[in-house]
Amino acid sequence: MRTTNRHVRRRGKGVGVLRFVLRRLFWAVPITILVTFLVYVALRLGTDPLASYLRINQRASDKKIQQYIETNGLYEGFGGYIRGYFQWLGGFLTGEWPRSIKGSREVWPEFKDAMFNTLRLGLTASFIGITIGLGLGIFVALKPGSLRDSTVNTGAFVAVSTPPYVSALLLQLVFAVYWSRWFGNTLFPTSGVYPPGNQGFDLPLMLKHMVLPVTVVVIQVVAVYARYMRASLLEVLNSEYMRTARAKGISERRVLVRHALRNALIPIVTVAAIDIGAILGGLIITENIFSYPGLGMFFLDAYGNGDFPQMMPWMAFFTVTVILFNLLADVSYAWLDPRIRLD
Amino acid sequence: MTDRHAPSTAPGGAVVETTDAAQGLIKSMSPARLAMKRYLHHKGAVVSLVILLVMALFVLLAPLTARYGVNESVFQTSAERPNFNLPPQSFAWFGTDDIGRDLYSRLIYGLRVSLMIGLAAAIMGTLVGVTIGAIAGMRGGLIDDILMRVTDVFLAFPFLVTLLVARSFLSSIPWLEPVIGGITSVRFVIALFVIFGWMPVARLMRGQVLALKEREFVEASRALGASNTRIVIQHLVPNSIGPIMVALTFSVSGAIVAESTLGFFGYGPQPGAGQTSLGNLVGQAKGALLPGYWWLVVFPCVTLVLVALCVNFIGDGLRDATDPKLDMGAK
Repeated sequence: MRTTNRHVRRRGKGVGVLRFVLRRLFWAVPITILVTFLVYVALRLGTDPLASYLRINQRASDKKIQQYIETNGLYEGFGGYIRGYFQWLGGFLTGEWPRSIKGSREVWPEFKDAMFNTLRLGLTASFIGITIGLGLGIFVALKPGSLRDSTVNTGAFVAVSTPPYVSALLLQLVFAVYWSRWFGNTLFPTSGVYPPGNQGFDLPLMLKHMVLPVTVVVIQVVAVYARYMRASLLEVLNSEYMRTARAKGISERRVLVRHALRNALIPIVTVAAIDIGAILGGLIITENIFSYPGLGMFFLDAYGNGDFPQMMPWMAFFTVTVILFNLLADVSYAWLDPRIRLD
Repeated sequence: MTDRHAPSTAPGGAVVETTDAAQGLIKSMSPARLAMKRYLHHKGAVVSLVILLVMALFVLLAPLTARYGVNESVFQTSAERPNFNLPPQSFAWFGTDDIGRDLYSRLIYGLRVSLMIGLAAAIMGTLVGVTIGAIAGMRGGLIDDILMRVTDVFLAFPFLVTLLVARSFLSSIPWLEPVIGGITSVRFVIALFVIFGWMPVARLMRGQVLALKEREFVEASRALGASNTRIVIQHLVPNSIGPIMVALTFSVSGAIVAESTLGFFGYGPQPGAGQTSLGNLVGQAKGALLPGYWWLVVFPCVTLVLVALCVNFIGDGLRDATDPKLDMGAK
């Protein structure tokens, strides 16, 4: 009796989730188009692709200029913007991306390299940061109001209020500039993936270059996750079903792992998916300070040059990522938490 | 939580003693007093408030507290006695910058501009956000759906990128220039932050409206013939004033940090057209790093973090204060 009941409920849940996902996917397409269109209009009006082309290629012939306008679909007027947007969208989807303004380079190979650099930095930092953050959160939530609780809490508050460039500047000042004055050699390099002129792959050297940027991102991530985990776990620990579990005579360890931690992690999964934008945002700033050739440098360089053909794919890529992760957050939340009703 | 005030020391007025059997143990307090009590219980928030008030005093009395003018050099430079990049010493407590100006005085003036940007952007952004959120919550339907989905995306986007794109976009609209000023002015930066600052507030207000609009007191006032506008202003806003104030506080620190971020990357208000802000001073730190002028790095950075931290702590204290679930000291 009990199993059949459960079976029925499970299946009902599955169908609900599927319908929910389909509804959200249905929304995701128009939202992607709407946001990329808004971005397209904002970038075309704001950075004026034609003017930046003329500024960077001052001796371009009329024929070249005409060709540039046509490949990028830079038509005038309201209808021209819509036509240009759909021309851009078609090219973007079929992989025929217009070449960059500066030096007329292919956009995709550089974008791809930058993406892998950012992924390497971002995944390392997120992994370390989330692990330490969750660990600290659990460690603190088990003894609320204690000295270690207030220490970690205050520390997390300070870290959250510290913008990444401030921690980056201070770290560079201590570990690169002043370290070399006190001890004669720099402990960690402050820029790039490799020193200039380095050829080929060299893991220890690469890791050494990643230490400071990773630390900067980790500080932010740890602070955020320690706070989330503490709040979430405390709420679970104070709930009625914890008392029930203890009353049943389950061992304390099992109560913590099976009942408390599992339930406390549910909201964190959602937060982790939504936070992708914040982590990437922190990476953009960090990359710039450490001259790390990732997506952040890619965008800031493109923005500095007003390079429309480089910025548009970047923005489109981010829009899709953000929308997908938002969707993932909603779905995982609905899937993990049986109390959520989807319709 | 135990009540820390003994009945005899509690000031009268707001405290009404009941004629209960347990006289003196049970007393009722006004909500404002309860909130105040909960706020005072948050030690970090109290300390932050004091620090911030002292800072505000320094900033308001800037001509008296600053030792030099904002663009004044500490003394005339000469070949044998240069005035630039001097470490901290008696005539310049925080050292001097690359053209011989006193960093301490510049920090006071910079903080003044930054605090003004933060307050102005947060207050205006909150007003816009409350309005839009109330409309979305009361109306519902397609407008609500689109508004919430689009703000979802913008909120999840890396903040700096959104700001940069919006910045270029705003500066390209010629008829806006008389209203919000040129791209390097302080007014422009405030307008930019208002355009993005309303989103979290709007989502919050929408949630509040959705939660409150089916309640009996709203229904009663609707039955008496109140319009939507009246319901929002008379009932919904006062009932959500706590979360709105918390959001307002956090957007103050958000705007101050965002201005510094823009300044750090050289896209903030420029000292020529606008005024020196914390962003300018933090941006200068980049150039001072490799030569090892630590005072130009440490003091602006510490000031920025201290201000952001204090404002955030106050927001945290306000959240405790306005959250009726944390009803300490009520019984």
